[in-house]
Amino acid sequence: MVEVNEKIAIEHGLKSDEYKKICDLLKRTPNITELGVFSAMWNEHCSYKSSRRHLKKLHTKGDQVIQGPGENAGVVDIEDDDAIVFKIESHNHPSFIEPYQGAATGVGGIMRDVFTMGARPIANLNSIHFGSPDHEKTRNLLRGVVKGIGGYGNCIGVPTIAGQTCFDESYNGNILVNAMTLGLVNKNKIFYSKAAGINKPVIYVGSKTGRDGIHGASMASAIFDDKIEEKKPTVQVGDPFTEKLLLEACLELMAGKSIISIQDMGAAGLTSSSIEMASKGDLGIEIDLTKVPCREENMTPYEIMLSESQERMLIVLEEGKENEAKKIFDKWNLDFAVIGKTTNSKNIELFFKNEKVAKIPIDFLAENAPMYDRKWIKAKLPKENSFSKDQFKSLKLSDCLKKVLIDPNIADKEWIWDQYDHTVMGDTIQKPGGNAGVVRVHGTNKAVAAAVDSSATYCHAHPLTGGKQVVCESWRNMIAVGAKPIAITNCLNFGNPEKEKNMGEFVECVEGITEASKYLNYPVVSGNVSFYNETKDKGIKPTPSIGGIGLLSNYKEMMTMELKNEGNYLLVIGKTEGHLDQSVFARNILSELNGPPPEVNLFNEKQNGMSILNLKNKNLIETCHDVSLGGILTAISKMVIKSDKGVKLFPLEGLVNKFEYFFGEDQARYIIEVKPENLENVENMLKKDSIHFDKLGLVDSNKITLENDLKLSIDDIKQGYKNWLKEYMVN
Amino acid sequence: MKSSVIIFPGSNCDRDMDVALKKFGFENQMVWHNDAEIPKSDLIVLPGGFSYGDYLRCGSIAGKSRIIKSVIDFANSGGLVLGICNGFQILTETGLLPGILQQNKYLNFICKNVFVKIKNKENKYFKKIKKEVLELHIAHNEGNYFCSHDELKSIEDNGQIAVTYCDHKGNDDEKNNPNGALKNIAGIFNKDKNILGMMPHPERMIDPFLSGEDGSLFFENLIESL
Repeated sequence: MVEVNEKIAIEHGLKSDEYKKICDLLKRTPNITELGVFSAMWNEHCSYKSSRRHLKKLHTKGDQVIQGPGENAGVVDIEDDDAIVFKIESHNHPSFIEPYQGAATGVGGIMRDVFTMGARPIANLNSIHFGSPDHEKTRNLLRGVVKGIGGYGNCIGVPTIAGQTCFDESYNGNILVNAMTLGLVNKNKIFYSKAAGINKPVIYVGSKTGRDGIHGASMASAIFDDKIEEKKPTVQVGDPFTEKLLLEACLELMAGKSIISIQDMGAAGLTSSSIEMASKGDLGIEIDLTKVPCREENMTPYEIMLSESQERMLIVLEEGKENEAKKIFDKWNLDFAVIGKTTNSKNIELFFKNEKVAKIPIDFLAENAPMYDRKWIKAKLPKENSFSKDQFKSLKLSDCLKKVLIDPNIADKEWIWDQYDHTVMGDTIQKPGGNAGVVRVHGTNKAVAAAVDSSATYCHAHPLTGGKQVVCESWRNMIAVGAKPIAITNCLNFGNPEKEKNMGEFVECVEGITEASKYLNYPVVSGNVSFYNETKDKGIKPTPSIGGIGLLSNYKEMMTMELKNEGNYLLVIGKTEGHLDQSVFARNILSELNGPPPEVNLFNEKQNGMSILNLKNKNLIETCHDVSLGGILTAISKMVIKSDKGVKLFPLEGLVNKFEYFFGEDQARYIIEVKPENLENVENMLKKDSIHFDKLGLVDSNKITLENDLKLSIDDIKQGYKNWLKEYMVN
Repeated sequence: MKSSVIIFPGSNCDRDMDVALKKFGFENQMVWHNDAEIPKSDLIVLPGGFSYGDYLRCGSIAGKSRIIKSVIDFANSGGLVLGICNGFQILTETGLLPGILQQNKYLNFICKNVFVKIKNKENKYFKKIKKEVLELHIAHNEGNYFCSHDELKSIEDNGQIAVTYCDHKGNDDEKNNPNGALKNIAGIFNKDKNILGMMPHPERMIDPFLSGEDGSLFFENLIESL
């Protein structure tokens, strides 16, 4: 057996003082298996050692919350006896090394987190970020990730209903793959990971354990260097077919009453799952590793404990229920093994071939894991740019619009979502490409909306504002389909926390998220943190991804962004100040990269959103779309393209110039379509609530026009917008 | 009318099919792949999904499963057997339908609405459908139909082509071929027209809030014709 020393500990990703702490706690040198267990539990990915102290500040409470952060996933009440289990999680590092398997197992992992709690997955979403389209790796990474996400989700038969794809050179060396799943559960039948009772059998079910993914979680806690290709063996390999069987078998077992607690084997495999169950139940656990079903020969205790083979679960059963449970797993052709029991020792004790190979007090691994108060610096709000009249003089609205519509972050993503099965399960009533994806709650009148958002450009310019903004954008996506926003899950993707600037970005984004989610009663119920998204000293822009969900009590009242009828009025809800700094327009047309992001006014955000829901409830809105990247004209263009109807814009009133008005990215705005006969009523209601609105134009037959300034056919704008990604992928 | 939907490990459109059949009046039952017999049925459906993970080749393992012998016996005695998507792949693997389904021409999974033209109405599946072109939905990676010259000739001579991919006007030319299928074939019958395999999913088009409603026409006709 390998002799453990400081050097080996450092090779395991531990710092020398952390190794010293381990020796002090144990009052001896750990053996190699124990060192492996410590390194798996103490790495950033599992221990949240840099983030824990800040995550405590997140707003996590609300009447709708059944389970906040700390479980496999968050759970919220959606009335009657129904609840939604949901979470987003990163799989960034593996996806950069091996895009297909990295992305596929990301999807598999998050679905397991959800069905572990007794919920049947009903929708998948994802947020993926790639480097510049010009970067040599981008195309292949994108292709691999999309195939991986599709390959896994399609096979399981869970629809992928929405997502987000961004390009920015800061992801050249570190792509982001964040996967989110929603599941439906009866709120009286939720399963938790907390073990209870001693001498209860500990059961291993699912795939066999192989040598894949060993130290995956440690890899996800390190920065990349030139030798990154060597890390390929640490990427797990997914088998969606087995996951589908595991899903059905687990749900079948859960219909009975034999499970005390259940936990999927995700990051750090058997190690973290067994320790978490015991730790939450304040118990000990004893495992005989000889009994673990292995795929390969001669696997050592160290390898078995650290393998991240996919599609495996750990279950604590009621005594005497083993045969009943085994029958179910036999039916689904899955491995089933009693590998240990719960104890009152508060230790994890591992045996292999009748020898004790590890004994560690659980609290050393969980509560006593290191926690750091890392240094961080506060970001300053950048100075506003003042653009001169000359800069706009030679510009034409139509040219600018065409250019904005082919920005990779705006252009249509049909090439991607055509590869995801988004209609299986027969309840998808709003497909990808809308404000949010919407699925019906099967067999009821209810529907759940979901979307994922991120705004790295804003977060990079000013993390506090960016953090607030992304929560607001998520909230707006819910409102825009007519759903009442319920709660969010966050995936916090950042650079190296040991750098003060990166740590500051994290701290301030979290602060922004907290402030907005508290104000909007849009609590965070689950999530994860991915640090060390850095390659050769270059980190990513701070990228918190927010996955939001909302509830429609009657799915027939869902709003869409397709324009309905010629002659209807279009209104912009919310004030347009013409904020161009950090906008797509500033970047692509004015070549200006600096300046502050648009200001977030939470009061207006809430007022405007509530007024939309209010109008919707009175059946006064035909169509709704939120205004985001690219401003009003981009939003209008997307509505036009989607519905094959035109828009006649009214001449501008007010002081804001037309470029600022049409491309500014001010927040808290929506475009709504209103029938002429309802216009007066709508205007009166908005005025009564002091909501700012502009009359923007009329739905027209087949052109976008603005007096002499703009005249484009639908095809003129459609071509570039629809084809950019398709053409990029075939080149 | 009684129907049975066979569930293989990895089937994932079984519930959707169950919902659709019941909506249009079938008394449907779910049958597990490892059962030896199928309860008395007027229609057997092999649903979409990834039976046995589609390992080895799509539908090949399901084509050798325990239940399949009963399906073949039922079909050979003139019973109606409908295979959708993976079910179509299974039917070609069992030899009940000619030809094979290869990977899509552009090597990508495709999930979208398509139009199909009904090529033969002299059968129970399409008899009373008034429209000539239906809007249905596809979601597959291996839907690129192929068969030999001789087989094609015999399929054409016997009126075995059920539906072809086309545009909304019914032009079933190469421009409107999403996956490279020979002659735009989206679905075929056996000689006796009691077996139908097709890639599009009518069960996903049975409600105005879903992708569309033309799937309803398919099921309405089916229950009426039986």
